[in-house]
Amino acid sequence: MKVRFRFTKQGKVRWTSHRDVARMWERALRRAVIPVAYSEGFSPRPKISFGLALPTGAESVAEYLDVELAVGPEEAGGPAGLAGALSPMLPEGMDVTAVAPTGPGEPSLQHDVVACRWEIGIPSDVGIDQPEGLEEAVAEVLAAEEIVVTRERKGQPVTDDIRPSILALSALSGPERSVVTLTGPGRVLGVELATVGRGLRPAELLTHLGVDPAGVRTVRTHQWIERDGARREPIPAGATDAPPVERQAS
Amino acid sequence: MTTLWPRLEPLLARVQKPARYIGCEDGAYVAPWSSSRVAWLLAYPDAYEVGLPNQGLQILYEILNDSPDALAERTYAPWPDMEALMRERRIPLFSVDNHRAAGEFDVLAFNLSAELVYTNVLNCIDLAGAPVRAEARDESHPLIAAGGHCTFNPEPLADYVDFFVIGDGEEAVSEANAVIRDWKASGRNPGTRPGVLRELSHVPGVYVPSMYEAAYDGPRLVGVTPRYSDVPEVVEKRTVADLAQWDYPRRQLVPLTEVVHDRLNVEIFRGCTRGCRFCQAGMITRPVRERPAEQVRRMVSEGLARTGYDEVALTSLSSADYSGIDSVVEGIIDDPACSGQVSVSLPSLRVDAFTVGIASQIQKVRRTGLTFAPEGGTWRIRQVINKLIREEDLYGAVESAFSQGWSRVKLYFLTGLPTETDEDTLGIGELARNCVAVGRQHGRASVTASVGGFVPKPQTPFQWFGQDTVGELRRKVDLLRDSTRKDKGVTLRWHDPRASLAEGLASRGDRRVGRVIEHVWRAGGIFQEWTEYFNLSLWEEAMAAEGLSFDWYVHRDRDPDEVLAWDHISAGLHRDFLWGDWQDALAAAGVPDCRWTPCYDCGACTGYGLEHVVASAVAPAGGSQGTNQDLSSGHIVPVRLVGRRAPAPAAVV
Ligand code: SF4
Repeated sequence: MKVRFRFTKQGKVRWTSHRDVARMWERALRRAVIPVAYSEGFSPRPKISFGLALPTGAESVAEYLDVELAVGPEEAGGPAGLAGALSPMLPEGMDVTAVAPTGPGEPSLQHDVVACRWEIGIPSDVGIDQPEGLEEAVAEVLAAEEIVVTRERKGQPVTDDIRPSILALSALSGPERSVVTLTGPGRVLGVELATVGRGLRPAELLTHLGVDPAGVRTVRTHQWIERDGARREPIPAGATDAPPVERQAS
Repeated sequence: MTTLWPRLEPLLARVQKPARYIGCEDGAYVAPWSSSRVAWLLAYPDAYEVGLPNQGLQILYEILNDSPDALAERTYAPWPDMEALMRERRIPLFSVDNHRAAGEFDVLAFNLSAELVYTNVLNCIDLAGAPVRAEARDESHPLIAAGGHCTFNPEPLADYVDFFVIGDGEEAVSEANAVIRDWKASGRNPGTRPGVLRELSHVPGVYVPSMYEAAYDGPRLVGVTPRYSDVPEVVEKRTVADLAQWDYPRRQLVPLTEVVHDRLNVEIFRGCTRGCRFCQAGMITRPVRERPAEQVRRMVSEGLARTGYDEVALTSLSSADYSGIDSVVEGIIDDPACSGQVSVSLPSLRVDAFTVGIASQIQKVRRTGLTFAPEGGTWRIRQVINKLIREEDLYGAVESAFSQGWSRVKLYFLTGLPTETDEDTLGIGELARNCVAVGRQHGRASVTASVGGFVPKPQTPFQWFGQDTVGELRRKVDLLRDSTRKDKGVTLRWHDPRASLAEGLASRGDRRVGRVIEHVWRAGGIFQEWTEYFNLSLWEEAMAAEGLSFDWYVHRDRDPDEVLAWDHISAGLHRDFLWGDWQDALAAAGVPDCRWTPCYDCGACTGYGLEHVVASAVAPAGGSQGTNQDLSSGHIVPVRLVGRRAPAPAAVV
């Protein structure tokens, strides 16, 4: 029986890699004594699969993971029980926020997600090497029919039109800035980027906008899949949300 | 409490492996910072992923944090990319636990597990904002301490480190802490640093180099003697008599990012009396002290449940020697709580104890690489080094491994050993070839022979031996490479002989070598144990600048009556025992293990009123060395292997 988890990756733990996160989950599942199904063969591995890798250093409130259980989900504690058992076993900043069973025919997250939404906080002291400034650069991107850039893919330079991958882009102000926190003055971009085809990474967009990607704070806020012509998150709305977990502050 | 985190975080997107600097390990303490606690910053002077698993550091970390008048945090050498950014922004060395500046701690204590990290030690002291030379530090600077195996010759760092703890640190650290606590409580007033150091020199096992004078006659060392009558002439190592009282680490650190030995590690015994003459670790940690099997089982099951690891290593210098190792391994693997998913690894497995039984146990869950260390290529040289592994034992072990489904085995060898001839060197290739032939019976088989240049170590019978030159080591490696070039299935790897030269210098150097280390550090030579950063020309330039010679320190056989730089530090071993063992080595005479045969009075037990703590009076199965095997038969190659490459039937198991 497969169960899908949504979880966060915020704070210091964001400096760990995708592989590190996979290991944290393997250990957390064992610590919480969740009966996970294992592969056969000489080196049995727990059957868990992750969605699209989050770049090291980026935060997220919308990470997903599928776990194949060796028992039914109710036997494993049910969605609320699973979340409650796992969050304390994960490092600070990683919390389970939703759990739902997934059907056997459900495609893997890697193949299913078509787009991600990001919020990118750009502190004022991160130089914009665009003479006309960030707002103009954003307007230019939105107005462009095509944006041809050369970037690296698997160590090879490739030339692509990245414009179709930019599904939405805007400067956010006030209440729309829901997730990203900036300690000082700065601006926040809300952006939706396609993940199908060659896709576009937030850092590549920032480079095109003339912003140093190393100076920003990036948060993945949503991942989207398509079902019957409509978009939804990989755990459908209305599925059990995990209870908030009490944690001691550091 | 001040944290450097807000200044550090913006750097992390600009460095490799930023998770090295975030801490957040499961098991990390958040110790309350208070003026009544001595604050220790425990440093491993190498990259985070190498230093984090260090058990010695983790044990002290817990003991100090469990104590009401101490607290401890940890730090590791920042990688050069991070260091450059830190220096550019004037950010000091920091703890990974709470990102506190190193200068806020009372003690900066280094674990010294390898000599080539010495330049990193100086770099860390400098990054902490303290002068690297002890004489230039005052009460505003932390005390600089060091422990670990390398401190059995502390002299190369004597001018840089304020105090060394020699031997097991479990008890000594608290005794040192009490002295420092009183100093801290008195306000660390100007002019009191020499006083606290003098007090520390009274703690058994603590060596305070500034309380000693080194005298020379030309290149020759005349002696290292105390300046004051209340300072001990010889500092005796500390030995924890009963490991059962020290079931540490209780909360092994689980890092968020990949490190070496990323698994649960449970120390099953300390000390080793197999008596390999090249092995400093074995000589300085005598006698053997086993942890009770019941405690091992508890530490394993609690550790696995707490950490979520699916691999446990039962660590020691020779794990198969543990009394009842089979049943302990079996117990872990068959424990229902492990649901059949936990693998057990036994580092430092002796071939003569590797049986089909153990092979089938440890491969039940998953098969990791298998490494054996015959160390020498011929029976003669193995008698010289007292690694009394018979050829048939090796083939038997390899047979067990391949028959249980392994297809790759790694063999460790040393070259540049005392009395070594080209026949001994070529014997390495011969052994590897024969192992491949044994393995071919079971399908694909490959053997990697990893060859290191031998570096003689202090407090061993080989401490008098003149190390091979870089040229000679190269010649031997080339010889071996030529002879194995055509052998399919044999892969040869070797350690850079130039690094062995620098290691040899730092291993047996006196205080004058400290200036060389400082010179190398000032010229930018850090991370010298990393191939990509090691630079012999920095060492050569430094030696020339200090007017010292490699021949004198490294390549010369030392005289029997010569004062050695570490003579005032004692691992308990009588000099005449070591000298006698050295003479036995030259005569290619092996000696059995004193665990199961009469004592040679080496001094390690007799001098300290200790005894071996071994649960079984019987030696492990399959064995050699004190297990009553016929040592005269060691050179006999199983008949069916002689003169044949392949196919060859397996040796007797
Ligand atoms: S004192 Fe005797 S029994 Fe103890 S380690 Fe030395 S030789 Fe062995």
